[in-house]
Amino acid sequence: MKNAFFGLLALLITFTLTNCKKTEEEVKGLGDVVIEMDNHAGDEILEFGKSYVTAGGDTVKFTTFNYFVSNFILTKDDGTQYLVPKDSCYFLCQHDDVDSREIVLHNIPAGDYKSVQFIIGVDSLKSVSPVGDRKGVLDPTGAAAGMYWSWNSGYIFVKVEGTSPQAPVDAGTGERTLEYHTGLFGGKDSPTLNNLKTVKITSTSESARVRDGHTGDEAPVFHLYVDILEMFTTPNSFRVADVPTSHAGPFSQKVAENYADMFTLDHVHNHQ
Amino acid sequence: MQPDFYKVTGISKGLILGVLSVLLLFSCKKDEPSYEVFLPSNFPAPAYDLSQNPVTTAGFELGRKLFYDPIMSRDSTIACADCHISFSAFSHPQHATSHGIDGLFGRRNALPVQNLIWQTSYFWDGGVGQLDLIPLNAITNPVEMDESPAHVVAKLNRHRQYPALFREAFPGGDSVTGPHMLQALAQFMSMLVSANSRYDHYVRHEAGGDMSQQELAGLQVFQQKCATCHATDLFTDQTYRNNGILDNFTLDRGRNEVSSLPEDIGKFRVPSLRNVALTGSYMHNGKFKTLEAVLDHYASGVKDSPTLDPLLKQNGQLGIPLTAEEKQSILAFLQTLTDQDFVNDERFQK
Ligand code: HEC
Ligand code: HEC
Repeated sequence: MKNAFFGLLALLITFTLTNCKKTEEEVKGLGDVVIEMDNHAGDEILEFGKSYVTAGGDTVKFTTFNYFVSNFILTKDDGTQYLVPKDSCYFLCQHDDVDSREIVLHNIPAGDYKSVQFIIGVDSLKSVSPVGDRKGVLDPTGAAAGMYWSWNSGYIFVKVEGTSPQAPVDAGTGERTLEYHTGLFGGKDSPTLNNLKTVKITSTSESARVRDGHTGDEAPVFHLYVDILEMFTTPNSFRVADVPTSHAGPFSQKVAENYADMFTLDHVHNHQ
Repeated sequence: MQPDFYKVTGISKGLILGVLSVLLLFSCKKDEPSYEVFLPSNFPAPAYDLSQNPVTTAGFELGRKLFYDPIMSRDSTIACADCHISFSAFSHPQHATSHGIDGLFGRRNALPVQNLIWQTSYFWDGGVGQLDLIPLNAITNPVEMDESPAHVVAKLNRHRQYPALFREAFPGGDSVTGPHMLQALAQFMSMLVSANSRYDHYVRHEAGGDMSQQELAGLQVFQQKCATCHATDLFTDQTYRNNGILDNFTLDRGRNEVSSLPEDIGKFRVPSLRNVALTGSYMHNGKFKTLEAVLDHYASGVKDSPTLDPLLKQNGQLGIPLTAEEKQSILAFLQTLTDQDFVNDERFQK
C-alpha cells in the first residue's frame, strides 16, 4: 500500500513539475475524453451464452464479465501528464450494461493526447477508506455489492463467470461452472497478495484531440478492445479442467497476470 | 428507549474521571446531552478517524437499535447482539464457535466488540480494514445472518420507524441508505470503549485502582512473558501470529485466507485481553474453556509447526516456562482487566 501511495505521489509530483514548464499554448480550455471498452472474445464481439474456444482448447460460454478500472492518467504528445482527479476516476464496467463501458472523463485540459493509463481494480487507499468515501460504483451496499468481498474488505477487480463442458461438475449447482473472481490490493497494515495491474495504451498514429467545450458526441474516443479470452492465456495458460474457479487464493496472481494484457487499442477516433 | 433516558443517565463516572476525553459533536437540540467518545489517557491515539463519522445522539441511538434488531438477518431471527452480548463485553460467552441463522455453526469464536477505534483491522484474520464495513461481513455471512445489504436496506425502508430515525440521524437524506446504516452502526460501536477496569484505575493513578500483591506480581510476569504480543494497554500488538494451539490448520488457515501468503498459514490476530475473564471460550476456535487451560497451554501445550511464533520456541524449548505460582498470579492479574462500568453501561444495552 505504501508503494502504491508513493507511486501516486511520484506521479503527482511529476505531473506538477511537468505542468510548471511553460509550453507554447496553442489550445486552451477543457473538454471530454471517451474511453470505449469494446468487449471481445478473441476476434469476435463478446456475446453472453455464445461458445468460444480458449487458447488451451476449452469451449467456454460466459454469463458475467465485470471489471473495475480506475486512476486514469492521460499523456499528451509532448509528454505532459494529466491525472484524472480521485473523485472521478473509478469506473465499473459491466458487459450487460453498455453505458457502463463508455467511460467519459470530463474537464480534461485541451490538447493532443497519445496515451491513456489506468489501473485494473481499485487502488489500496480507496480500498481501506471509510464508507462515506465510497460513493457510486464503489458503494459496497449498492452498485458494488456484487464486486466486493465483505470478509476481505476488498473489491473484486475482475469477475468472470460462465460454463464449460470441460469444467468439472460443481457439487453445489450440479453445473459445469467457471468462476474467476480476482481482487487483493496488497493489504492494509499487513501485506497480502497485490493483484493491481497498470495498463498503458499508446496510440502510434492519431492522438486524441481534446478541445474546449467538446463534450458528448464531439469528444475524442480511445476505442479499446477488451479480450476476455486473454484471461486464460499468456503468460500463464491454463485449462479450465485444472482451474475451473479462482478467488482470493494464490492462483489469482496468475489470472491477474493473464488479464493484464486484455486491453488493446483498436483506434483513436476524432470527430473533426 | 424514552428520549428522557439520556438526561437521567447523564455521562458515566468514567467519562468525568477519564483524564482525556474529547468532545466530538454537539447535538442539534440544546437540551440533549452530547456524545463523547472516551479516549483514555493510557491508550494510544485512535486509528479510526472519528471526524469523518462523528458520533451524534441520533446516530448512536439508531446504531444501537440496529445492533439489537434481528431485521438485519435473512429471516429476521438473529441480531448482532445475539452473538455479541453486553454482559460479556459483547462477545458470545460459553460458545466455542458462534451459531447463527438456521442454527448453523460458524468456524470461529465471536470476538468481543470493544475499543474498535484503536484497531487497525478486524476479525481473527484481519480481513476487514475499516470499522464502517464490519457489519457487511456479518450480514452477508451464510452462517451468520445470510442477508444481502440491499435487502436489509429495503426492509428498513418499509419499516414503521426506521425511515424517520435515519432522517433524524442523517439530515438531508430522504430514505434509508446502505452507507448510512453502516455509519450508524459504526457510531454505536465507536462508543464501546472499555478502559475503566481496576487495572486502568491503577495505571492512571485513579481512585479504585488498588491492586493486591498477587495481582501486581501477575502484572510483572505478564509484562515479562506475554506483553511482547499482548502489548500496550490494548493488550495486543495487532499482528498476526501462530501461538501453537494447533499444528494443522486445514480447517482454518487464518491470516493466509486473507493474504494468500504461505508464511501466514495458522496465524491469527493477537486478541486483546481486556475483559478476558468474561469472554471465554478462548482462541479463534474456542479451544479452551478456562483461563487456567490457556495458561497450561502456554506452559506445556504449545504445538510446533512451520509458522509457530519464534517467541514460543526459544532455545529449542516449546512454550513459555511458568511456575504454578506464576500461573496463579497471572490469573489474578487477568481478573483486574474486567471493566464492570463497561459491561453494565445502560447506554449500550437494549
Ligand atoms: C452468528 C453470530 C454472529 C452475529 C449474528 C454477528 N456476529 Fe459479529 N462476530 C461473530 C464472530 C464468530 C466473529 C469473529 C469472526 C472472525 O473473526 O472471522 C465476529 C466478529 C465481529 C467483530 C470483530 C471484532 C474484532 O475485534 O475484530 C465485530 C466488530 C462484529 N462481529 C460486529 C457485529 C455486528 C455489527 C453484527 C450485526 C450486523 C454482528 N457482528 C453479527 C459472530 C456474529
Ligand atoms: C507469540 C505471541 C504471544 C505470546 C507471547 C502470548 N500470546 Fe496469548 N495469544 C496470542 C495469539 C496469536 C492468540 C490467538 C491465537 C488463536 O486464536 O489462534 C492469543 C490468545 C490468547 C488468549 C485468548 C484470548 C481470547 O479472547 O480468546 C489468552 C487468554 C492469552 N493469549 C493469554 C496469554 C498469556 C497470559 C500469555 C503469557 C503467558 C500470552 N498469551 C502470551 C499470541 C501470544
